[in-house]
Amino acid sequence: MSSTNRTVVVTGIGATTPLGGDVASTWEGLVAGRSGVKPLTQEWAAEQAVRIAAPVAVEPTETIPRPQARRLDRSAQFALIAAQEAWQDAGFTGKAGEDGAVDPDRLGAVIASGIGGVTTLLDQYDVLKEKGVRRVSPHTVPMLMPNGPSANVGLLVGARAGVHTPVSACASGAEAIGYAIEMIRTGRADVVVAGGTEAAIHPLPIAAFGNMMAMSKNNEDPEGASRPYDVARDGFVLGEGAGVLVLESAEHAAARGARVYAEAVGQGISADSHDIVQPEPEGRGISHALHNLLDRTDLDPAEIVHVNAHATSTPAGDVAELKALRKVFGDHADHMAVSATKSMTGHLLGGAGGVESVATVLALYNRVAPPTINVDNLDPEAEANADVVRGSARKLPAEGRIAALNDSFGFGGHNVVLAFRTI
Amino acid sequence: MAATQEEIVAGLADIVNEIAGIPVEDVKLDKSFTDDLDVDSLSMVEVVVAAEERFDVKIPDEDVKNLKTVGDATDYILKHQA
Repeated sequence: MSSTNRTVVVTGIGATTPLGGDVASTWEGLVAGRSGVKPLTQEWAAEQAVRIAAPVAVEPTETIPRPQARRLDRSAQFALIAAQEAWQDAGFTGKAGEDGAVDPDRLGAVIASGIGGVTTLLDQYDVLKEKGVRRVSPHTVPMLMPNGPSANVGLLVGARAGVHTPVSACASGAEAIGYAIEMIRTGRADVVVAGGTEAAIHPLPIAAFGNMMAMSKNNEDPEGASRPYDVARDGFVLGEGAGVLVLESAEHAAARGARVYAEAVGQGISADSHDIVQPEPEGRGISHALHNLLDRTDLDPAEIVHVNAHATSTPAGDVAELKALRKVFGDHADHMAVSATKSMTGHLLGGAGGVESVATVLALYNRVAPPTINVDNLDPEAEANADVVRGSARKLPAEGRIAALNDSFGFGGHNVVLAFRTI
Repeated sequence: MAATQEEIVAGLADIVNEIAGIPVEDVKLDKSFTDDLDVDSLSMVEVVVAAEERFDVKIPDEDVKNLKTVGDATDYILKHQA
């Protein structure tokens, strides 16, 4: 229990995304190259410059009973749906303690969001202005607090080893999973439910991101708007949803005979210290994170055959990441199948690291790399630095141990690289 | 026009159903909001605000703690409605 370098594995996965209400439908959509981007038809969208987004495929209120749903921010609803699926997928039948296979004192939860309960905050401000003080919901604070999704997931599974919420904009979900890996590695917990969630399809975030010139304004072609690595890319498309992993020490998983999807090898973290929102154009901070990953784990670079890239479909960011892969891995970068799944899901901000970790784990487990869709004209700078999986899914090596990376970067200059490998 | 006891219980039943998901037929005078109807302290604030609006009555925060049962709330509203 005092061990400080324990092996961590993934034993459960859950998701609700623009492609489907669970992991199976999401994975099917990713491999098929399906876009989850749609026109925004709400009344408020008419005056926006950006009138497209990737909403969840299944409304959370279809599974969460109304009395419970009305006291949960939408981001917490997504997190609970994904966590419930992951928890059951890991083979647990009830809360920790009720299911004797996991001790509540040895169970953690780390669920992150980039923005927190923004729709609750803004909707309740509207209530305050329009209906007065007395009508503001008494549930507002636990709904808007950024640790709300993590705390609700902790309550769902009965986590008492610690419930945490790292916040690093669009790297938040990946940072949560990295934090969870360290909780288990260092012996603080045996099992941690970890991932990311986001629900920010609301007029204010869309207007704000739009005014930053960060989002695609390709309103005429929603399904073609998210196009990482294509020369015509013009910004990200806002998505929503959640992705959650059950991480577990290898000994704990073996003792209860759990199915293991992959090993969670570890994380590499760095900060750009360059600009509050612009990526460092040469990928210096990303290279630093990759070196940290390689220095701090026993990951063999030759085994890395797949990268689920951060690639949000912005002109500068997509290429900086690939330059860093080339710089760090040299010629081996030609043997790493790079997939930008945001071409299909849109950008889930703090949810991205969660959903894309689920995708990365399944890519290893099924030995298939999902495609990057909408790459009609590959950017020459992307072509020079990486092997982008375009058009349709690609098989990964059928034999031998293989590894994959999931990159996530956030406004503020946060860089997180997670590494997984087959067992 | 002031609501009757029957109308108040029916109105509270609608409110509790909306907030806590309890079937309207289970909301009776002798039922405790917290022990029988899944209404915790935060949700009780919602019940009170909804009742104020529905029955045109003011229920100050210091009186809310005395409203333990549906009957307590019904009596309060009967006595204080405008």
